[in-house]
Amino acid sequence: MSLALINDLMTNIDWSEINQASVDTLFMLGIAVLFSTLIGIPVGLILFLTNRGGLLANKWIYSILSLVVNILRSIPFIILLIIMIPTTTMLVGTSLGAKGTIPPLVVGAFPFFARLVENSLQEIDKGIFQMAESCGAKIWQIVYYILLPELLPSLIASITVTAIALVSYTAMAGTVGGGGLGDLAIRYGYQRFQTDVMLITVGLMVILVQLIQIIGDSLVKWIRKR
Amino acid sequence: MIKINNLYKSYQHKKHSIKVLDNVSLEVKRGEVFGIIGKSGAGKSTLLKCLNLLEQPDSGNINIDGLDLTSLTKSELRQARQQIGVIFQHFNLLNSKTIFDNVALPLKLQGNLTSSQIKQTVDEMLSLVGLSQLATKYPQSLSGGQKQRVGIARALVTKPKLLLSDEATSALDPETTNEILELLLQINQKLAITIVLITHELEVVRKICDKVAVIDGGKIIEQGNAFDILLHPKQSLTRKLIIEEETEKYLEQVKTFYQFEKTASRHIILLSFVGETTYQPILNTIAQEAKANFSILRGELGRIKHMPFGQLLIEFNGDEQSLALACQVMQRMQVHYEIIS
Repeated sequence: MSLALINDLMTNIDWSEINQASVDTLFMLGIAVLFSTLIGIPVGLILFLTNRGGLLANKWIYSILSLVVNILRSIPFIILLIIMIPTTTMLVGTSLGAKGTIPPLVVGAFPFFARLVENSLQEIDKGIFQMAESCGAKIWQIVYYILLPELLPSLIASITVTAIALVSYTAMAGTVGGGGLGDLAIRYGYQRFQTDVMLITVGLMVILVQLIQIIGDSLVKWIRKR
Repeated sequence: MIKINNLYKSYQHKKHSIKVLDNVSLEVKRGEVFGIIGKSGAGKSTLLKCLNLLEQPDSGNINIDGLDLTSLTKSELRQARQQIGVIFQHFNLLNSKTIFDNVALPLKLQGNLTSSQIKQTVDEMLSLVGLSQLATKYPQSLSGGQKQRVGIARALVTKPKLLLSDEATSALDPETTNEILELLLQINQKLAITIVLITHELEVVRKICDKVAVIDGGKIIEQGNAFDILLHPKQSLTRKLIIEEETEKYLEQVKTFYQFEKTASRHIILLSFVGETTYQPILNTIAQEAKANFSILRGELGRIKHMPFGQLLIEFNGDEQSLALACQVMQRMQVHYEIIS
């Protein structure tokens, strides 16, 4: 009875379309998080190692990389989506749909993630580096055997934060022809005044963000508890 | 084993240059426990870091086992460092790794051992420090003393000839400090490993050091056998650092007090003796032979490393002649004395 009522209220809902949009959003999110992490970790590491007092302190490399990261971070995402259209087309063949949204998502998110990595690295006790150097460790060994394992809990926390930021980025991509739930919200919910579609898509995104946060938090807790 | 010649090091702070090490020379023999004692900021930490070249000196040589560290290439230096174990005040353990993996780390970094060889050596080290039961635990669940034991096992796992200790007991309570010092002594004797330690705690020097160097303002102001320096330091700065604060205060009081009541027949004498002499009836002999009497104002009996020692402050009642006689007796009995007034 109540189910019927809900169906009456939501006359505009096409569940198969919602399904497809959810799959698209998860796909974009998954790939974008993966690449942002893969690019962000090395960038964060280089920022940390080349910074003043770092193991590979180099003023020039640090300044240039830091500037690039800052510039990318200061471009509003909606603008980034537009100025990246030629690059996106070149990389994945289209600037539309879920596929076409991934490159700007990665470029928008990895500098943010890299800074999070850099900050977490700065939190590591300096005594650890003294110990590693005393053992005669090479730089790559310090990174592989010491920094990455010590970083793991905060790395997962940073991935969680980045993934959540990416959820709203995917929605924004809907305005310029990207796919997913955001696209639905804008085309049906906003442009055609279909409030029910708006409610459902936003509701789904709230659930998605909750899920990411809960999974991230419990992973961190589990690793720290060991 | 270690020979340091004319080491200089200064830091550039804004436009000033601050001398941290000022013409430091010292020699450590194989198998010794060598203590470097000084207040914070005296330069002892920098000196220790120079011993594995974590700090590059401005000039001077650091010779370890015939190898001049300052002349090595980067990769030679890495290999040399693997032969020098270091333990730290704050342990510097990796929270993400188990106790076993923490101890195994230096061997993994060397990269030329199979995992069964690593396991064998790590197990051996963990049983040496008495932590075999905790191999699968993580550092967070350990007490301070246990953490330092892990640190010691990690430092020894590469079978180094030299162990550097950077204030290893300063973060521990007195009881745990004793346990760790005992362990270090055991290791020193069992594995014939040379230990160089820095500390600001006199207790550490007293318990385990054979030799001591006193550092102040980047200069070594006194060095020698532990009991020589502990019992009769020559430099006034060393005295301040070393003689028990209370004894020093007491001496001051006695001096002022006796300025008013000074008579020819009263003398304050500080006697120090080590080894076998400790068990002899020194005061009795002095009293009989010098035909004088005395009273004990203050005294301390104890051990420096394993050597028994005593230090007594006495008031001696007798004329110049009997004082001279007493001095002869003390010289004969190998008692170090100092006539305070």
